Amino acid sequence: MKKLKKLPFQDIFFGIIAFSASFLVLSLIFSTVLVLYNESSLAIHRFGIINFILTEEWDPVREIFGAAASLYGTLVTTVLSLLFAIPIAIGIAIFLAEVSPHLLKTPIGIAIEMLAAIPSIIYGMWGLFTLAPIMGNYIEPALQNTLGKIPVIGKLFEGTPTGIDLLTASLVLSIMIIPFIASIARDSLNLTPNIMKESAYALGATKWDVVKDIMIPYAKLGIYGGIVLALGRALGETMAVAFVLGNNHQITLSLLDAAATITVTLANEFTEADSDIYLSSLFYLALILFVLSFVILAIAKFFLLKAERGYSR
Amino acid sequence: MKKILNGIVAVGILASSTAIAGETINGAGATFPYPVYSAWAYQYYKETGVKLNYQSIGSGGGIRQIRNRTVDFGASDAPLPPKKLDEYRLYQFPAIIGGVVPVVNIPGVKAGQLKLDADALCHIYLGEIKYWDNSHLKELNPNLRLPHKKITVVHRSDGSGTTAIFTHYLSDACPQWKEKVGAGKAVNWPVGIGGKGNEGVANYVKRLKYSIGYVEFAYAKQNRLAYTLLKNKAGNFVAPSIETFKSAGATANFDPKKHFYLWMVNAPGKNAWPIAGASFILEAREKKEADKKVNKFFKWAFENGDEIAIKLDYVPLPKELKEKIYKYWKENGIYPEE
Repeated sequence: MKKLKKLPFQDIFFGIIAFSASFLVLSLIFSTVLVLYNESSLAIHRFGIINFILTEEWDPVREIFGAAASLYGTLVTTVLSLLFAIPIAIGIAIFLAEVSPHLLKTPIGIAIEMLAAIPSIIYGMWGLFTLAPIMGNYIEPALQNTLGKIPVIGKLFEGTPTGIDLLTASLVLSIMIIPFIASIARDSLNLTPNIMKESAYALGATKWDVVKDIMIPYAKLGIYGGIVLALGRALGETMAVAFVLGNNHQITLSLLDAAATITVTLANEFTEADSDIYLSSLFYLALILFVLSFVILAIAKFFLLKAERGYSR
Repeated sequence: MKKILNGIVAVGILASSTAIAGETINGAGATFPYPVYSAWAYQYYKETGVKLNYQSIGSGGGIRQIRNRTVDFGASDAPLPPKKLDEYRLYQFPAIIGGVVPVVNIPGVKAGQLKLDADALCHIYLGEIKYWDNSHLKELNPNLRLPHKKITVVHRSDGSGTTAIFTHYLSDACPQWKEKVGAGKAVNWPVGIGGKGNEGVANYVKRLKYSIGYVEFAYAKQNRLAYTLLKNKAGNFVAPSIETFKSAGATANFDPKKHFYLWMVNAPGKNAWPIAGASFILEAREKKEADKKVNKFFKWAFENGDEIAIKLDYVPLPKELKEKIYKYWKENGIYPEE
């Protein structure tokens, strides 16, 4: 009898704690947006919304600021890094799920997951001291001499190859996000019911047929989820990119040119920003990044939900 | 019983140690002078037991913190003009001098061999002089074999006092630069790649052949980079060294009436290095007692800290400037009494 009487109170109490925790998280997000908007109001009033997003110039001396160059860099590095990372990560996942000998599965799996544990500033330092010289001295000149000679694609490889550019930054970023896609994809692939695989083999399918037509369609949702996670990570990554991108506020077609992303701009210029409009413009950039990430992840989630519903018909 | 006794002894020791700890002075700001301020602070603590807590969050942060009176003093590589000092109600005086040095990476050219003048530096950074064997550069260096290679320009990707000093030098000596780009801690560089921090620029110049960059003197020395000679206002080609920086400090005209607001570039001395700058201390005008404590530390540093500064490749203030600062303190009622 005593226990029955206590139960409702404990339930109510626990319910209150759970509710407060979720409310706290929501209010933190809301207050972040509020602070960002408050601090950037000076810049919003001076530069407007469309004008700020389309202005390439970033001149702290003349106090003319625009987000176009940083936005371009953010989008290009994110897209490029995903382009490099997705095929490699799915390849790793297929290898670990189907091809690899049983003994190798655990060590390689752990090694991939270790990649995710490396702090991003270490990636930045490795990129600066190891990858950038290799890119600048060997790989980029080679690219210039081969792909650079083709008429239209050649425009992507113009300029002096210094190793400090969009290409190197995207490479470093792609190495960082591979483990996210690879682990989730491998786990999803492993979830394919054995009976489906065995039925396919019984009908005479090869290993590649099974992977292509049975396992990947089954794991599609998981792989998308991993890609969305990696996308979010790539959008917000700062330190890995800051050392090898050069922070040049320019929109350039060539991948061998230095550029800027929103996160790199903020990391480099926030502490020394002295004028109020400069600081306000940096907050404005941060607000744009916040909204951008929110919108992109919302779109991705929407497609995920649509695919989920379509699948479970 | 024993445990409780041990506990009481431990708490007693802790409590008494905080009592012995003494007071703390809080400062925040510029990253450039951080090594010398912390070296001074260590010595000062050993001699007087007063701690100095300095956060090197950048000049912008330092100015913001002293404006909000959350610290006892702020440190800025860029001096505030008298109007801003009146608006924020701050005192200002220089504490240490540093030199900015152009460095190059041209195979075959050693440190102190390449001669440059303001015009050449200006047009290189504007992107108008594109190759090392440009006629103007060959004119300045008739004895050097300059190759026909593209110049890779390196500048800072982050906002910094070093950039402020360098761009003020270019603006002062070169009207084209002043019109096109201007001076500041971060500017809209026409060409070049940006390195993060002095270390970033030093790293790039070391790695990239046929590149040119600018760094604080300490970084050029420690990374054994090939620094250049520069033509100063008096017309002489000088090499960067403690003597030429000191000469710039001695001949620059710091005016206490303007709260020492001065960009020390293009100092007129015969032997002066043209790209030098001071790092400044900002104090609240209404907190005279706190200011006296801070100035006690700096008076100690001015009297005892010169060797420490030189060992760390900084340039201590010349004696005349220190006297001017003492007078400035006395006139404003913030001179530290003994």
